[in-house]
Amino acid sequence: MDVRLINPFINATINVLETMAFVTVNAGKPYLKKDNVAVGDVSGVLGLTGVANGTISVTFEESCILTIVSNMFGETMNSLNSEIADAVGELTNMISGQARRELEESGKQFKAAIPSVITGKDHSIIHYTEGPKIAIPFNTDHGDFTIEVCFER
Amino acid sequence: MDTSIKILIVDDFATMRRILKNILKQLGFKNLVEADDGTTAWDVLEGQTIDLIISDWNMPKMTGLELLKKVRASDSHKRIPFLMVTAEAQKQNVIEAVQAGVSNYVVKPFTAEAISDKLEKILK
Repeated sequence: MDVRLINPFINATINVLETMAFVTVNAGKPYLKKDNVAVGDVSGVLGLTGVANGTISVTFEESCILTIVSNMFGETMNSLNSEIADAVGELTNMISGQARRELEESGKQFKAAIPSVITGKDHSIIHYTEGPKIAIPFNTDHGDFTIEVCFER
Repeated sequence: MDTSIKILIVDDFATMRRILKNILKQLGFKNLVEADDGTTAWDVLEGQTIDLIISDWNMPKMTGLELLKKVRASDSHKRIPFLMVTAEAQKQNVIEAVQAGVSNYVVKPFTAEAISDKLEKILK
């Protein structure tokens, strides 16, 4: 996988969450993920096609996404419900859009599908293409989240 | 800005409709209606007087671009200002929207100030 595909997703994640939810986000060290078990409680997954085919996912711990969505709505959210799932889908959508704009600047065109959302402890994330799954952990003052980027070899 | 106008917010994500409603209410707009895709938005347009459309691009059934083209092709709705608020901001998207007659364009993620600035330009 072309590692130059990774950075736009990291940049987009930081920008989207800082702009829409006013949270400070710190990226950790990327690692190769071996299994399909999500590192958190709710995930947005989105397929991409273009110069390479792949998927991205964004998985949040409950405390983290409740704070993020509370900030986005200006009111306190207390539990993982359909409103949180909808917000995770839209956040995934925005991260994809922003990353695709940065990728376009380096001549890489992608189209995105409409995101799907999965919730539950230890849920699985199935990437549609066979390739290395690069996970990037992030931390905030209110919990952690992880993005995964998987493009065909 | 005339804050008594009726604004139609179109987005398939309830989250985005809620964020936009919060921003518009903070700006003083009270007359807000919603639709979750272009088809539903068209039904709203046919049933009541709308002064401004704020629409997402990527939606099921009828996209924001398809809605924009339909609005601009309609004798009764073609003069309604149309603000596209979307994550789809690759060059070709912007060109297509401008050619279709979009009034202005806001890229997600956005700040409340970005929405306010675009509305002031459209409604001045």
